[in-house]
Amino acid sequence: MTASHSLAAEGVTLGYGDRVVVESLDLVVPPGEITVIVGANACGKSTLLRSLSRLLAPREGRVVLDGKEVHRMPAKKLARTLGLLPQSPVAPEGITVLDLVGRGRHPHQGIFSRWNDKDDAAVAAALEATRTTDLAGRAVDELSGGQRQRVWIAMALAQQTDLLLLDEPTTFLDASHQIEVLDLLTDLNRTRGTTIVMVLHDLNLAARYADHLIALADGRLHASGTPAEVLTEDNVRTVFGLDSRIIEDPVSGRPLMLPIGRHHVRPQAAASSPDPVPETSR
Amino acid sequence: MTERSERTGGHGGLLIEPAKEAPGVPAAPPSVVRAVARGRRRNASRRRLVILTLAVLVVAGFAVTLMAGQTFYPPGDVLRVILGEQVPGASFTVGRLRLPRAVLAVIAGFSFGLAGVTFQTMLRNPLASPDIIGISSGASAAAAVAIVSLSLGGTQVSVLAIVSALAVALLVYTLAFRDGVAGTRLILIGIGISAILDSITAYVLSQAAEWDLQEATRWLTGSLNGTTWEQVLPALVALAVLTPVLLSRARNLSAMQLGDDTASALGVRVERTRVTVIVAAVGLIAFATAAAGPIAFVAFLSGPIAARLLGAGGSLLVPAGLVGALLVLVADFTGQFAFDTRYPVGVVTGVLGAPYLVYLIVRTHRAGGSL
Repeated sequence: MTASHSLAAEGVTLGYGDRVVVESLDLVVPPGEITVIVGANACGKSTLLRSLSRLLAPREGRVVLDGKEVHRMPAKKLARTLGLLPQSPVAPEGITVLDLVGRGRHPHQGIFSRWNDKDDAAVAAALEATRTTDLAGRAVDELSGGQRQRVWIAMALAQQTDLLLLDEPTTFLDASHQIEVLDLLTDLNRTRGTTIVMVLHDLNLAARYADHLIALADGRLHASGTPAEVLTEDNVRTVFGLDSRIIEDPVSGRPLMLPIGRHHVRPQAAASSPDPVPETSR
Repeated sequence: MTERSERTGGHGGLLIEPAKEAPGVPAAPPSVVRAVARGRRRNASRRRLVILTLAVLVVAGFAVTLMAGQTFYPPGDVLRVILGEQVPGASFTVGRLRLPRAVLAVIAGFSFGLAGVTFQTMLRNPLASPDIIGISSGASAAAAVAIVSLSLGGTQVSVLAIVSALAVALLVYTLAFRDGVAGTRLILIGIGISAILDSITAYVLSQAAEWDLQEATRWLTGSLNGTTWEQVLPALVALAVLTPVLLSRARNLSAMQLGDDTASALGVRVERTRVTVIVAAVGLIAFATAAAGPIAFVAFLSGPIAARLLGAGGSLLVPAGLVGALLVLVADFTGQFAFDTRYPVGVVTGVLGAPYLVYLIVRTHRAGGSL
């Protein structure tokens, strides 16, 4: 098992044009675990993920994979270790599932080298794992949102990387498909030790599926640790500007955040109980 | 809670660790692997069939163009002319008139088809073809100025055409650039620039001392009339040099179809690939245009036709080049002999291409898209 890759950001400052989005941020991705990044809109989550995967060069600081700076590594070599599924990848018109998933093999192929048995095996394994084998001959644009997302994950799996970064893989999916995708990623982590880093919007799903939770606020690392350590009423208030109650999720034993808005709140609930997350949850 | 939090120290012995396997998911059952291999082979063999058929058609079209015309020469005569023997009548008609013309038809057609589909693939839009977004017009205007106003010839014309085409590409790209290049903006700006350049060409031609209709049609719509070997050679060299450059980037282009971020994540140096590919494709367009004029819509039509023939999967570069060559051969032959009057090749391809342009615009409009 090759879960020993170390990925870390060291004092990175990131931005576009004149705008600084993330400022001198340090981050260590625990190998072999599922790390989830949460934060308010426009707090730099996706920017950070882009930087971790070489898509955006830091202005200051560096991103280091196994002791080497990712922005200096050969592109294809990096792509055999670290994969990224962006938020809105583009499927060319009429492309079939088989063809799309096959493009995940790019970093394993030379300029003129032929497609080989290993490529077939990797594509087949990716299709099986995402349960998209039956869709192989279909055109991607005629699939449902959930199926399409599974196909994109299959493409990333065909890349066969030890590290997989995903930018909001559950957006636009209904509840059951969200769970399906997160379960699939957890399987991948548990069976193969693939290190996973993803941005999620839903705090409760983040708390349920993360081994390691990272909360960003205004481009800075606000909190990191186990979900129980990070998902607290104080942190939710600072990071999202939202009052909430945190209770133990009866299903998973993880913390569960209940937002407190201006409506539909019982009087006694609003009086925020300082009741911390039960110790047993971690 | 447990299992999840506990397992961070190890895998809890839940699973047998697969030794020495590639990272990723468990291996698929052999039947699935076989099915994947079958599907891929089916695509590959369809691709081979399409390429082979197109190649045969191009060769056949080439042969017919050499044999048929005002006078028919049998294959034997044509072959002897090509091998350099003197054949009364045929040596002039085939050797001096038909052969350079047919060779340029193939070269220019292949160049336009290949460069066109490269742009369409890279910008993910069938309208983003060099002949729509002004690059061909740039090459054409420069060539018209060079030949008609400055009385230059040969290599100088080609050099001026390529410089101008690159400048137009850079100008369109710069004008369209605002937080990245949006396809629609680039296309609209390109169409505008193209109109300006075409009017320059028309002006230059109208100011020419010896106003020559043949020259005019060449630079406005493209024509193969009176092709000489001196015109053919630079285009041939450009094709020989630049085709391998583009083909070696075919896989990168396929990855870039999935979006720049996905392509980068797959290990493609996106910016580097884009610059290489633009320069190579613009070079092909410029050299072919300097020789044959901007043969209307060939770059624009070849890619979509090739995509239709090929169905799913595979790079379109070579098929589109062959479609381009076939289009120009057939259109030129049709223009010469199908009607009472002889029409230059660009008029015929223009008649074919214009309806498709309208269709594309109407279709994207219906789908609620913006171009």
